[in-house]
Formats: sequence, C-alpha cells, structure tokens
Amino acid sequence: MGKWAIAVHGGAGVDPNLSTRCQEDAKRLLTRRLNLGISTLRSNLTAIDVVELVVRELETDPVFNAGRGSALTVKGTVEMEASIMDGVKRRYGAVSGLTTVKNPISLARLVMDKSPHSYLAFSGAEEFARTQAVELADDAYFITEDCMEQLKLAKKANANLFGLPTVGRETCKMKAEDNSLWMNGQPISVYAPETVGCVVVDCQGRCAAATSTGGLMNKMVGRVGDSPIIGAGTYACELCGVSCTGEGEAILRATLAREVAAVMEYKGLSLQEAVDYAIKERLDEGKAGLIAVSNKGEVACGFNCVGMFRGYATEDGTMEVAIWDEIFVV
Amino acid sequence: MGKWAIAIHGGAGVDPTLSDKAQKDAKQLLERCLKLGVSDLRANKAAIDVVERIVKELEDDPVFNAGKGSVLTNKGTVEMEASIMDGQGRKYGAVSGLSIVKNPVSLARRVMDKTPHSYLAFAGAEEFARAQGVEEKEKSYFIVEDRKKVLNYAKKINETLFGYPEIDSKTLKPKGEVPLRKNAQPSFGYYRPETVGCVVVDKRGMCAAATSTGGMTNKMVGRIGSAPIIGAGTYACELCGVSCTGEGEFILRAMLAREVAAAMEYKGLSLKEAVENAINKRLDKGQAGLIAVSNKGEVAYGFNSNGMFRGFATEDGMEIGIWDKMFKV
Repeated sequence: MGKWAIAVHGGAGVDPNLSTRCQEDAKRLLTRRLNLGISTLRSNLTAIDVVELVVRELETDPVFNAGRGSALTVKGTVEMEASIMDGVKRRYGAVSGLTTVKNPISLARLVMDKSPHSYLAFSGAEEFARTQAVELADDAYFITEDCMEQLKLAKKANANLFGLPTVGRETCKMKAEDNSLWMNGQPISVYAPETVGCVVVDCQGRCAAATSTGGLMNKMVGRVGDSPIIGAGTYACELCGVSCTGEGEAILRATLAREVAAVMEYKGLSLQEAVDYAIKERLDEGKAGLIAVSNKGEVACGFNCVGMFRGYATEDGTMEVAIWDEIFVV
Repeated sequence: MGKWAIAIHGGAGVDPTLSDKAQKDAKQLLERCLKLGVSDLRANKAAIDVVERIVKELEDDPVFNAGKGSVLTNKGTVEMEASIMDGQGRKYGAVSGLSIVKNPVSLARRVMDKTPHSYLAFAGAEEFARAQGVEEKEKSYFIVEDRKKVLNYAKKINETLFGYPEIDSKTLKPKGEVPLRKNAQPSFGYYRPETVGCVVVDKRGMCAAATSTGGMTNKMVGRIGSAPIIGAGTYACELCGVSCTGEGEFILRAMLAREVAAAMEYKGLSLKEAVENAINKRLDKGQAGLIAVSNKGEVAYGFNSNGMFRGFATEDGMEIGIWDKMFKV
C-alpha cells in the first residue's frame, strides 16, 4: 500500500489587501474540503473519485471562481469550464462554455466516461448534459452580487490603461506602479480569486487531477482558458497529478501541468524540483501557481505571484492551509 | 542564414481503397502547396506567415477535411477548428466551432495577434470573426457531397468514423477481415482524409506550426478534437514546429506535438529520434501521424496509421507520399 496525499487550491494571485474576513472564509472552506478529501481517502476511494468530489464542493462554494460564483464574461454571463484527468491510462475529460450545469467537473467526468470524445463545449456540451440528466440551475444560482461588482470594476480598469481604481475589495489603496500587483492585465484588486483544483494520489499510488473555473473576469464571450486544456491547467499520469491556476495564456503557452510530469519523466527530477522548475523556467513573464502530488505520496506547490489559496494533507498526518508564503499548520 | 524547410500533411489514416483519381488529386494539391511554400521561403517570408498561408490553401481546397470539405457532425453541420503557433515566444492562437468562417487558421491567427486571449470558440469566435471582418461564406459552401455520403454511411453503421483495415504494403489491399477502429474500440467503418497541417522553419531559424480540421465524421455537436489544442495537435518553440493528425483522443492524451519538443529539450534527442519516440512510445493503441521541422532546417515525419498524405521540401528537393514510399517531385 502506498501513501495517499491530497492538495487543493482556490486560485493564484491574491489581493494583498483582501480583508481578514475574506481570508478566514477562504481558509475555512479549503480546510473543510481538505477534510472531506481526507476522509474519502481513508475509506479507500480512488483518486479520480476524490478529485471529482472535492472539486464539486469547491464549485458549490460561491467564494471561489468556479460553478457558483464564477467570473463573468464581458456580457455579464457565465461560461464555465473544467477538466479532469485520470493518471491511470491518462484518460481525460473536459467541458467549456457551460451556463446551466451546476457541477462542470462532473460533466467533464461524464464526457470522459460516457462519450466517445474527450472534450465537449458550448451548446453541444449543454445538450450532452441534458442527456445525462445532470443537475442544472439558472443564472440566479451562478451569478453572485460580488461578481457583478467585480465585473464593473474590471470594465473600469480595462478602460483606464494607466489609472487605477483606488478601491479594492473592502479596503483601500495599492501602488499603481507595482507590476507584481497586476495579473492578466487587471489590477489585483479586481482580479478575483480564481480557478479551483484538486490533485490526489490514493493509497494504491494512482494519481488524478481536476480543475474548474468561470475563467477570466470580463473575458470575451467564447474565450477558452487553460483550465479545460490537457497539459495546461490539468495533467495526470503514472508519476503525478497537477492542477494549475493563474494567467491562463501563460499557462497554456507553457503547457505548465505537462511540464511538471515531463521533467520528472525525462530528467528524473523529484516532484518539488519539477514544480520549481516549471514555475521558474517555463512561465516567461507569466504569473501562475500549481499544486502537485506524486505516486510516492509526496505533495508540492509553487507560485510566482502574490499569494495562492491552497491546502494539502498527507497520510502521515501533516495538514496545512495557506494564502501567502507562510504556511499555517491546521 | 539558416536553412529553411517545410512539411505539410493532409491527414493520417487513409482509405486503402481510395481511388486513383482521389490519390492523384491529393498529390497534386500537396505539390501545389509545397511549391507555394517554397517560393515564400526563398523570398524570406517568416515561418508564421508561411504556415498560415499554406493551411489557408489546404482549407480552400475541398480535397481534405478542413475548411471547405470539412466532415460533418451527427447533425450534418460543420464545426471547424484550427490552431497556429509561433515558435518565437511560443505564442498561440486557436478557434473551434466555426461554421461560416472561410479560413479558420486565419481567425486563429487573429485571436493570437489581436485579442488578449489564446482560444475562442463557437458563437464567441464567430462574433469575433464578424468584428474582424474576416471572409465568411454560407454554411453550404463548406459542405461537399462526398462528406454527406460518408456521414450517411457512418450513421448506418452507427459509428464515429476513424478506421481502416490493415493493408498489405505490397498489394495495398486490405488484409482479411480485420475489424476497424473507433477511437480505442474495435468497430467497422472506413476512414477519409482528415486534418491538414503545415510546419515551417524559415531562413532565420524560426519555427512555426498550424493545423486545421473539420474534426470527425458523425462527431457529437460541440466535440473538440486535438487540432486546436496546444501541445496536442500543434506545437512550436525555439527548437521545432510540429503538427499532428489522426485519432484525436489519443493525440490529446499523448500531448503528441509537445512530446516531440520535450524529448528534444529534455532528452537531447534529434528531431528524427524525437518523432519516432513520439509515434512509437506515446500513442498507446492510438493511430496518428505527424510532421516536424527543427530550427536546424531538418524535416521529419512519422505515422503508425495506414498511410498519411504528406510532403516536404528543403533546399535539397521536394517529396510527397501517401503510403510508405515517398516520391520525389
């Protein structure tokens, strides 16, 4: 029997002025989801089932940008996407452009298991959802007040190239000139907590990964990011499971999730070395973060931006949840 | 000045009973496109411009499954997708779900150059196309009689088509009653020319790649394959440019195009070795083919399927082929 391990994330790139209340809410949620994952791993659930279960819960939380609470397109609509990958045989399922499906990650799983394809999008994906009788919901469920506010701020920010709104989320200023406080062309104060993800290695040494998101605030209708793309936002193979978050275009061009596995495979790097390599060497000017587990029961994370909502637990009893660089043992 | 090279393909997995006329048409198209590419490269055009131009030509011609002549979804509609990648800076643009845009690869280029995003799909992509004023055609422009016949056949046998029997390489005839394949499940069907692609290294040693397709016959509406996915159907970086074709689900899971570059980067393999490694070791039971160029002016291809429409040219000459043998042009 191998050792299990689990990691979750709720997005890379966090407003350093985020209110304490928001920070505590997020940490509490991550802890709860981690605990759910841990109890399923202790009951011997397989990695692929655990990642789906945990991401479903994160999609249900309005706090993170996935499922309920998803970021909004330029038209104020929701277009959710997700992908899931099973390290056993490298099977993969993904969806994009969902507007009524309550749990995109579960639809991605169904694409993988119940269709002859790997990736379904937009109206075709919604049609498939209906044939699979998955739970649906309407706009009012997915679109939160918070996100509508964020969209307004994002539109204002995109309109002012150099000026910055001085009001962040519930707090005040930030330095306009500080480049590290911009992500995806938006000041960090309007760059909402992002994509969610989960990676797991179960006690049989099987790895799996899953990622889900509403995408970029104020994105063009039809824009697909890195989260549903194999090798970019999500990857799992015999050696490891990886889920990424951050600047989608940078993650895509870096094929970031695949890189972690590739350098383990081809250069014999350890999990942490591979994660560090991917973050340092592959992102060019981009900002992102990722979580990863190895088939040996190790867990690692890395990010080159300001903060990342994350948590992890291993079979030997370690459990940590963090936002900034310091780790808080739970 | 470095050495330029160009390779193009019109799909891996070829119907062994393809008529002589169809084979001739395909070879003529490949030759014509290669010659266009060669003259562009001699005139010092940039790799990214050459791959776009050549794939546009392949889309405009109904012979292959891209642009005009795209295969049909299970509803008889066309949903085209494409991607383009510039090895310089690893910039990338992709589109999916197009039904009226005349040249998907050109729209993918615009996504790369003119939006803050990398990939636009379906209604959003067509809105963008309208806003950019790119050339559009009626839906019927893309649909050719042959593809309707293939769809009807697929529906009759209720299969998503990607399959062909094993052939005897001497007689080029099917070997007995070997069941055909459907994306990892044995089934009956017959296969048709598929995805198109082009990879180029220009005189400055810059690599680029582009891939375009209508997808799979009788696919579910909304299905996205490997062609628009970075690292799967298309990849380009400082070292090389790669375009793949074949069973989409396997190409995706293998991240086939990225694999070629990764083996060169991380294992120090040569282009040819990296291509062989990708085809022989990464595909599991899938069938696919790929073309690749390196920044040193080398060109390579590989396929484990029944034939692949392909051609390449370097300063030393030009060759095209369908089956195992390549013919000098």
